[in-house]
Amino acid sequence: MFDLKKHVKARSIDEAIALLIENPGARLIAGGTDILIKLRHGKQGFSELVDIHDLPQLRFIKLDENNDILIGSGAVFNDIIESGIIQTHIPMLKDAAQSVGGPQIRNVATIGGNICNGVTSADSASSLFALDAVLEIRGRKTKRNIPVSDFYFGPGRVDLKKGEILTNIRISQKNYKGSSGFYYKYAMRNAMDIATIGCAVSLKTKNHVLEDYRIAFGVAGPVPMRCKITEETMRNKKVSRKLLQDISQAVEKDVNPRTSWRATKEFRMNIIKELCVRATKEALKRAGEEI
Amino acid sequence: MTIKGFRQITFSINSKERTLVIDMRQSLLEVLREELGLKSVKEGCGVGECGACSVLVDDVLVDSCIYLAIWADGRKIRTVEGEARNGKLSMVQQAYVDEGAVQCGFCTPGFIMATTSFKEKCHGKKVSHDEIRKAHAGNLCRCTGYQNILKAVEKSIES
Amino acid sequence: MAVGKPVKRIDAIAKVTGRAEYTQDLLKPGTLVARYYRSTIAHGRVKTIDVKKALNLKGVEAIFTFDDVPENKFATAGHPFSVDPEHKDVEDRLLLTRDIRFMGDEIAIVVAKDNIIADQALKMIKVSYQEYEPLISPLKILDKKARQIHEGSSNIVGEHEFAFGKNVDEEFKKADHVIKGKFETAMVQHCHIENHISYAYMDDIDRIIIVSSTQIPHIVRRIVGQALSIQLSRVRVIKPFIGGGFGNKQDVILEPMVAFLTLKLDGKPVQINLSREECMLGTRNRHPFFVKVKTGVMNDGTMTAREMDVISITGAYASHGHAIASAGGSKQSSLYPRMATRFHARTLYANIPVAGAMRAYGSPQIIYALECATEDAARKIGIDSVEFRLKNIARQGDMNLLSGKEILSCGMAECLIKGKEFMDWDNKKKEYEKYKKGPVRRGLGVACLSYASGTYPVCVEIAGTRIALNQDGTVHVQVGATEIGQGSDTIVAQMVAETLSLPYEDVRVVQAQDTDVSPFDTGAYASRQAYVVSNAVLRAANELKTKILNHACLMTGKGKKALDIKKGNIIDVNTDNVVMDMKTLSMDSFYHKERGCQLTAEVSFKTTANAPVFGCTFVDITVDIPLFKIKINEIINVHDAGVIINPVQAGGQVHGGVFMGIGAALSEEVLIDPDSGYVYNNNLLDYKFPTFMDIPQIHHDFVETFEPTSGYGNKSLGEPPVITPPPAIRNAVLDATGVCINSLPMSPRNLFVLFQKNGLIGSIRS
Repeated sequence: MFDLKKHVKARSIDEAIALLIENPGARLIAGGTDILIKLRHGKQGFSELVDIHDLPQLRFIKLDENNDILIGSGAVFNDIIESGIIQTHIPMLKDAAQSVGGPQIRNVATIGGNICNGVTSADSASSLFALDAVLEIRGRKTKRNIPVSDFYFGPGRVDLKKGEILTNIRISQKNYKGSSGFYYKYAMRNAMDIATIGCAVSLKTKNHVLEDYRIAFGVAGPVPMRCKITEETMRNKKVSRKLLQDISQAVEKDVNPRTSWRATKEFRMNIIKELCVRATKEALKRAGEEI
Repeated sequence: MTIKGFRQITFSINSKERTLVIDMRQSLLEVLREELGLKSVKEGCGVGECGACSVLVDDVLVDSCIYLAIWADGRKIRTVEGEARNGKLSMVQQAYVDEGAVQCGFCTPGFIMATTSFKEKCHGKKVSHDEIRKAHAGNLCRCTGYQNILKAVEKSIES
Repeated sequence: MAVGKPVKRIDAIAKVTGRAEYTQDLLKPGTLVARYYRSTIAHGRVKTIDVKKALNLKGVEAIFTFDDVPENKFATAGHPFSVDPEHKDVEDRLLLTRDIRFMGDEIAIVVAKDNIIADQALKMIKVSYQEYEPLISPLKILDKKARQIHEGSSNIVGEHEFAFGKNVDEEFKKADHVIKGKFETAMVQHCHIENHISYAYMDDIDRIIIVSSTQIPHIVRRIVGQALSIQLSRVRVIKPFIGGGFGNKQDVILEPMVAFLTLKLDGKPVQINLSREECMLGTRNRHPFFVKVKTGVMNDGTMTAREMDVISITGAYASHGHAIASAGGSKQSSLYPRMATRFHARTLYANIPVAGAMRAYGSPQIIYALECATEDAARKIGIDSVEFRLKNIARQGDMNLLSGKEILSCGMAECLIKGKEFMDWDNKKKEYEKYKKGPVRRGLGVACLSYASGTYPVCVEIAGTRIALNQDGTVHVQVGATEIGQGSDTIVAQMVAETLSLPYEDVRVVQAQDTDVSPFDTGAYASRQAYVVSNAVLRAANELKTKILNHACLMTGKGKKALDIKKGNIIDVNTDNVVMDMKTLSMDSFYHKERGCQLTAEVSFKTTANAPVFGCTFVDITVDIPLFKIKINEIINVHDAGVIINPVQAGGQVHGGVFMGIGAALSEEVLIDPDSGYVYNNNLLDYKFPTFMDIPQIHHDFVETFEPTSGYGNKSLGEPPVITPPPAIRNAVLDATGVCINSLPMSPRNLFVLFQKNGLIGSIRS
């Protein structure tokens, strides 16, 4: 049994917001793969829950009239894997979704939960960073949009105020159309593991030149991050082996990996410098480039 | 009458409808084992790391240890107890027996539910070893090295 | 004929239907929940403990602390009792302790109506400690000024030395080369999917019933009796289906406590069901070893001398103690019997979780060091790794100089030849010359093993079998041999079917063990079960067969030599005609008013031999240097386990062992903070045991020999497959990269450090 003191079920987004305001100590629970484990381990602060598990209003993946991709925060990873829209337009996000945990986890864990718990290792986060995803956050009578890169304050801390809820993630057409991407997860196992380093690369080429280059990492710092210096340096560079070496060199200045019991800073840095090369290579391959 | 902290839920369990009043704090695993006596559902970790408690909820594979029982309201739950009918094993169960995929047997019910869900998703389509591995990566087994389980999955897909 | 056939497991259907009942499935309604209060420091002493507030919590039944438990210390190792005081297990354990010896040590226990209340009560207990510096590294532990973790122990649990063959020092002097190496193995965990669980209740004013997930029901009864100072006839231990043990349940861990609790609580049922996290912290693990090896070798490739010096870490309590290092060291005399060998080992206490028995009991550590050292010797001389081993390994008829016994069956050479052929060794060796530079390299590796089939002559090897003919001509068999998932019940059924010439389906082996009724056997460990039970089964089955034929003679008036059993019928040996079926005979034996009786046979038998087994791993790997990852392209284990009773089950044992060996080689390691003794990864997410996606296809093959000391020619197989994958993979990494990785696991984090040291990083990037 979970040491729950209070549990209220929300039947709509509005009700969820109202219940969060009514119960200031309560947390949202969606898939439960994070919250229920914390509860089981006796962590404080999770004993009151507002339940948005499988709320239909939040569970969708669609294209809007501008051909922007909208992913409901309640979409589970398996929804993303099986979505024709994602498979066609952002295979990188499918890579990321597929790398999460195991099948049971992917069947219930939501992308919204993955983002909102604020961990740097979230597999979906680096891809969303690379795609300049925008989060739609609703509160009572408020609605705001915030780029995912501004959402993280620090480990476990995100820009959600009391009574606010992440409703969907928008990936605008300009950020995915014509782009090729790849997510490379480095972990100690091929499944049921958290990323030691996650690397998402999204790029566009024209005449074998990098027209656009974006690279984002998970676990390369306290929160997921983009490598802006590297990106700017690589833009308009010719696709070559040398380019890959340059990326590997440049990325070092962008990242800030830490030592933990799981891996040392030096180890992570070595992986970062290798992963950026391999992820870029795979993304280039998807773009039809040869190296 | 409602008692604080208790909820009434109605759901289908192995094709039979049941209504129960349950403690909201219970996991689906606990309700299946303790209220319904479905002891095939095993607890190996309690935190979604081993898959021994895997069941199907609306034909979707989930870890019942990290699934609140109240979420089962209105849904269809399947456990391994419902798979053998009229004294006959399901094709998946039979394949596990035939291929020597069972040793200590503690992970077996969860594995069989994973294979059952996988088989139903495949619709007889040919699958690769990698797909089989991926579809069973949330179920840990410490006895078999997964070798005969792979054979059993292959066999149950073919049949 | 059932022996040698891939018959279906006797319990497979019970398991696939979910109807097989494990300990937790049998709990009585209202069983109370007991949870340990565990220390939050690694080394110290409890100054004060306050449980008042917790006791007042509604739903708390009782709380016991170190002040409330019996003062008689007991040993927990699941060994047969030793009448030789030299071999007695170290008695260093109380039910609860005031002296803290590892982070997680058991200070108090809460009994409550459910787990939530128990956990809430645990949070209300207040403890203050006198803290001491945790002793974790051998250097600190052995420091003369170091505190004694157990008073009077000098922090050494055991120490021994042996030598066999010619004079070791002289052989080293004569050797063309002397090669030295230092090796380390990690603490790893069993990770059986069913955690430790036991419950107890009373069915009389003075009788305790314990239901437990154990490999050793009869030993549990003896140790509970000792821990609580009660008669054995007052303790009944029931072992239902077991969700894996791998040695971790060859230790008496929860049973004395649940027995104590039910006694204190007037017979109320009490359970301890460890969480995964507790199970990985507070039960047992594999001893980490530090091994120094010196090898003397001649230019022609003959290894002539070997010296090993071993430090084994048992952690906070002795458990199996020095027996692990001792057993591990003893196996080399049957692998390389013609070398002059000297072996010295010490086992140390440390302020880390407790080590105990784990699959192959010391051999994965010793053979790892031995087979790495052997590889280094082969490379020094420049002889092919397989050829080099073929020159030095045991052959049938060699004397095992340590045991003084001749090696009666030995397929070691044939195993190597089979493995080599499977791997296409010579061609691949040539082909892989191309892959010795650049970021991604390939290599081949091999390692050999020898193991035993039991514990004799260190311990008694006793097995019991009881067979009863049912009215319809089927038989019921009871054995003390303990089914824990390895398949021993199926093997027993096959053996009985074989000797009685009955269809396999007509033999029912009683699955649950119950010390009130099961024949005596010390349990499932040392890969002994099939070997030791075979001698009891053969004799019991032969005895029953004689009784059946005698009764047939009574019924038919024919002479004893005229009749036999074939396919479940009594036949005339001269004509091969069926005289009667077994049911007719059995009904007569039960119900004829004057002649016959229920036909049964019971044999308790001591095996006074210990057959060595042999095997090897061949592996083909790719090393991705910039990612510090090793990929197994192909792996095969080949074993000489005597006669293979059931090829499918035997294959399953090999798969499981190789899988566990791969885990130990590449990813598994209990990570402990070297200063505080804190365990970082006691859960299945952070302890990296391989998932379905991490394990390649595992090939296996057998070289069948016939072992004359065994009832059916079979030898051990349960543990040996786990031994050789780590050294074979290490040798393949050496082949691929030229770097000796002399510590386990060869995980990315460890490879990073060692590749860096050897200059493989930085210059090479893809």
